[in-house]
Formats: sequence, structure tokens, C-alpha cells
Amino acid sequence: MSRTEAVTLPGAGTPQAQAAQERAAFSVPLPRARGLLASEMRLVFRRPRTYAMLAFLAAVPVLLGVALRYFTDGAGGGGDEGLEFVSQVTNNGLFLVFASLAATLPFFLPMTVGVVAGDAVAGEASAGTLRYLLVAPAGRIRLLLVKYAGLVAFCLAATFTVALSALAVGAVLFPMGDVPLLNGDSIPMTEALVRALLIAVAVAVSLLGIAAIGLFVSTLTSVPVAAMATTVGLVIVASILSAIPQFHALHPWLFTDQWMSYGDLLRDPIVTDGVVRNLELQAAYTLVFGAAAWARMADRDVTC
Amino acid sequence: MNASTAVRTPDRGASSAHAARAAHAAPSWDGEREPVVVTRGLSKAYGRDRLAVDGLDLVVPAGSVFGFLGPNGSGKTTTIRMLMGLISPTAGTATVLGGTMPKAAGAILPRVGALIEGPAHYGFMTGRENLARLDAADRTADPATRRERIEEALARVGLAAVGDRKARAYSLGMKQRLGIASALLRPRDLLVLDEPTNGLDPQGMREIRALIRTLAADGTTVFLSSHLLDEIEQVCTHAAVMARGRLVTQGTVDDLRSAARGRLVVETPDAGRAAVVLAELKAGSVATTATGVEAELGDVAPDVACAALVRADVRVRSFTTTGGSLEDAFVALTGEGFDVED
Repeated sequence: MSRTEAVTLPGAGTPQAQAAQERAAFSVPLPRARGLLASEMRLVFRRPRTYAMLAFLAAVPVLLGVALRYFTDGAGGGGDEGLEFVSQVTNNGLFLVFASLAATLPFFLPMTVGVVAGDAVAGEASAGTLRYLLVAPAGRIRLLLVKYAGLVAFCLAATFTVALSALAVGAVLFPMGDVPLLNGDSIPMTEALVRALLIAVAVAVSLLGIAAIGLFVSTLTSVPVAAMATTVGLVIVASILSAIPQFHALHPWLFTDQWMSYGDLLRDPIVTDGVVRNLELQAAYTLVFGAAAWARMADRDVTC
Repeated sequence: MNASTAVRTPDRGASSAHAARAAHAAPSWDGEREPVVVTRGLSKAYGRDRLAVDGLDLVVPAGSVFGFLGPNGSGKTTTIRMLMGLISPTAGTATVLGGTMPKAAGAILPRVGALIEGPAHYGFMTGRENLARLDAADRTADPATRRERIEEALARVGLAAVGDRKARAYSLGMKQRLGIASALLRPRDLLVLDEPTNGLDPQGMREIRALIRTLAADGTTVFLSSHLLDEIEQVCTHAAVMARGRLVTQGTVDDLRSAARGRLVVETPDAGRAAVVLAELKAGSVATTATGVEAELGDVAPDVACAALVRADVRVRSFTTTGGSLEDAFVALTGEGFDVED
């Protein structure tokens, strides 16, 4: 890590003494914060549990693809947006990306995010490593920011695992070609791939709210399983609430409300209302629960 | 029962421990530098009325090896957590290296190495990776020298050969060493070691104690919490004793030890005469037994007592001193029936 930091600093190509001088002149917290950030990324992504969850997520498109390729009876019942994608998969493999994201977004993706988020601080507290990080000293707020950055990275990684796995499975099992959009027009494969990328990013962004909630819950306890269960439980509660029409007044404020808005990215021209509303919602949840986590972290007694 | 060895054994133990202290620590500690840790009325209440630490006034002189003693639950770890800024005091202040905790934690803690309530590591990471993460967490540590500093710290605690093994596979003693290594990643002004030899084999204990002496000789102040009184006696210049959340005493180890009264057991057929001689020497609670006489030595030196007995023609079969150790002082201070005063 130290080596990459040295390389990315300006003047690294110049003689060593000069480089060292510039490094000294550059002694703002930024390059060092990246030290902890890089360490956090390794912590998140080198953990066996993370592999297991990503492998599980990668298996969803495989199951879905195999089911659609070999066990479908042809008469797909449309209606829901997710199912709309499903009926298209047999015509074009790229739709498996959208179908898989639609299948994993309501529960599997937030579940894995809930596990990582719930563990973020509570796991360190329960292992006792939190006290050593704080005594290092990592700085409480810096640690919280780095933890959230790790969560954002995991949201992206989880979403792209599903998307890339679906892309590969789709390419193998189904024909690929021009993609018919939801309103009937077709766009070429390359543009469709760009749209798929946008959609994956939109799905990853959809997970940021629950990531912030999980991080906050994680600061409340030193029992990681409790934080994980609470976070995943909140996802379930939100989806139950959104399914009950009597709570319609509440619906626009649920972090799950605009989760399916990414379908709008498959229209021409792109309809951005829902996507923007989703961004706002996720930003609001991140700010509110980030601030709560901040307040909690700043004066928490670390007794384990 | 050999009289001469009985006399010499405790004496030799004390003098060698003293020599070790004199050789390693005496040149470096001085009372003129600003104390490294000062607490004023430091208190921590859990819940409404359970005071874990109650009005602690602690002074750790610069350059000392400071033993922090107390029975389980006496508030040692809570005190250490407050000194390290992990928990906030409910009353009073804690000043470490001139900065008030927990406010000054960011500025002060890079100069402090700590092992708090046992080591903690990421089991799926290797020893080296664990140290690298903690070093990355310290934003004032230079990443360019990280690798060398990690190697040096591992070598100091004898883990260089197993640094690439996963921490999960470490034995308790190896984990303890890795924890100490993380405290040694940088040159520190203060080392806080909470039971550093816990889980170590006797060999490892000796190594760690030697390491502590070396560090102290280099001028690092060491704050050593331990249950092992002989450990405190061997390596510490100063000590404080806690009981039930309060500070019972603090001072140099020599002062503490001399506060503990040694006990004298003399086997002799002339018990009556011996008792008179000892009483004349102002030894306390002199009592004759079936085999001889027993007394509290108090300020009486054992060699003086022995000479006096022989001069008075007391036939001495054996002459044994017990106690006068830190353990006696500790038990006297924290044992049952001791009333803690404000």
C-alpha cells in the first residue's frame, strides 16, 4: 500500500530525495487516510464471508438463466416490471442482467449489505479490534467515514457481481443482439451495455440508504449478529409496509420506494424522475443515519 | 532446616531484583520531568450508583516503570480505558503526556503504545497484515517505513518467523506477543501494558520482562498493569494499588515493600529468652510457640535481630524471615478487613 501511495504522489518519477521532499510537503491527511481506506477495503473483500456472499449472489443469475433456458414453458405472465424483464430474457441474454437485478434487489442484495453494514462497527467491537483502532489512533469519525466507504464499495461490488454473472450467463445461454426497449424502440448492443452499467450503478445507489441504516445500528451494539438481524429486519419491514396500501402516505418515504425506478433507464428517452427521486431518498437516509451514527460514535464508551 | 540458607534466600531475591531495577531503570527515570500521567479526581460511574473508579489521583513519573495493581474488578481496566480515551470520565480529568483525554486523543495517542485487556486481532489476516492495519489506522505513521517497522516490532517480540501465519492459528501466547508488537510499531513515549505476560510460558514471560526493562532503559515510561506481584517487583520502579475503585496507595516499589512488615520465625529451645530479646528490640507481637518464637520485625533489621539473639546466648536452630515482599504489602492493602479511606 505504501508503494502505491508513493507512486501516485506527484513527482514520484523524479529522483528519490526530491520525491521524499514532496511527500513531506504533501503531508496533509489525504494520502494517509487512503492508508486506512485501503486497509478497510482489504478487510471487507478478503474476508471469507464476503466471498461466500458474492458467490451466492453470482449464483442467482445462473439459477435464473438455467431455469428460463431449460424449464420455461414459454407462456410468461407479464405485468410487474421485474417479470417484464424475465419474459424478454429468452429473446435477448442481456435482459438476464435486468431480470437478475430485479430478482436480487428486493431481498438478497440488501441482505448481504445488511450483513456487512451490521458487522462494520459491531464486529470490530465484539472482536476487540475497535479499541486498538481507536488507540492507534484511527479517529472515531475518520473510522466511521472509512467504514461507510467500505460499505459503498461493497454495494457496488455486490451489484456488479450479479450484473456481470448475469451478463456472462446471458451470453452463454441466450442470443445477444439489439435490445428492444420498454417502449418498443431498439438500441444497439453497445448502447445497451452502457445502459446496463447505468442500471447497475442505480441499483448499487439504491442500497446506500440501508447501508447507512446498518452502519448506525452497528454503532449501537457490540453484538454483530444483532446489528445484522436488525438491519435485514428493517428491509423486511419496509417491504411489508410498501405492500400494504393503507400505508400509502408512508410509501414515498420508505427507502425501498423507488428501488424499481431503474427500469426507467431502459426507456428512450430516459425518464429520470424516479431515478432522481431514488437518489434523493438514498442521500436523505445516508445523511440522517450517518449523522446519527456520527453522534453515537463520537461519545460512545468503548468497553469491549 | 538450614539457618543460613533460610536467612539468605529472601534476601538474595530482594537484592537481585533491586540490582535489576538499579541497572535498567534508575538512570532513566527522574522526578523533574513533567509526569506522564496525571489524573485528578478521575471517576467513572456505570449506571446510577455503581462507581467503577472513584476519585482517582494518579501520578505516573516520567521514565518510571509504573506497576498498576489491584484485585479483579478494582477499576484498573476502566482507568486504563479512560487514560486511552476509550471511555469518558463522569468526573475529574485525565492528563496523558500533557493532553487531556479523551479530547487530545488524536494528538497524544500516536506517542502511546497500548495493550488493553488482552490482544485482539483479525483472525483471517496474518500477523503482519494485522500490524499493517493498525499502522494504517495511525495517520501520523509514515507508510513508507511501515514494512521495516513491522519487521522490527515482530522481531522484538520473537514472532518474525510466524508473521505470515494467520492470527487465528496463533496460540494465546503468540497473540499476546502480537499485541505487544502493535504497541511497539513506533518509538513511544508511553507504553500501557495491561497484563502483558498473560498466557505466556515462563520463557516468554522472561523475554517480555527483559523487553520492558530495555524499553524503560531507553526512556519509555511503562505503565504496567498486572496481577503478578513478582512481575511488578522485578520490573517496576513505582507502583499504585487500587481496591474497589479507589487508589489505596502509590509510591516507589521500595517504599511499598518496606511498608509491609516482615515476619520472623525462630526455632529455639530458649523461647523465653528469645522473646525478651526481641521485645527489647521493639519487634511487634512477639509470641512463643511450641518450637520457638515468632515476631513481626517492623523496623528491626533481621541481621540485627539475629546478632542480638546470639549475643544473648539464645541457641538458634533456625532463623527465618518471611514477608516484607510486595505481596505482603498488597494483601495488607487490599485484603479482607482493610477499610478504604477517602
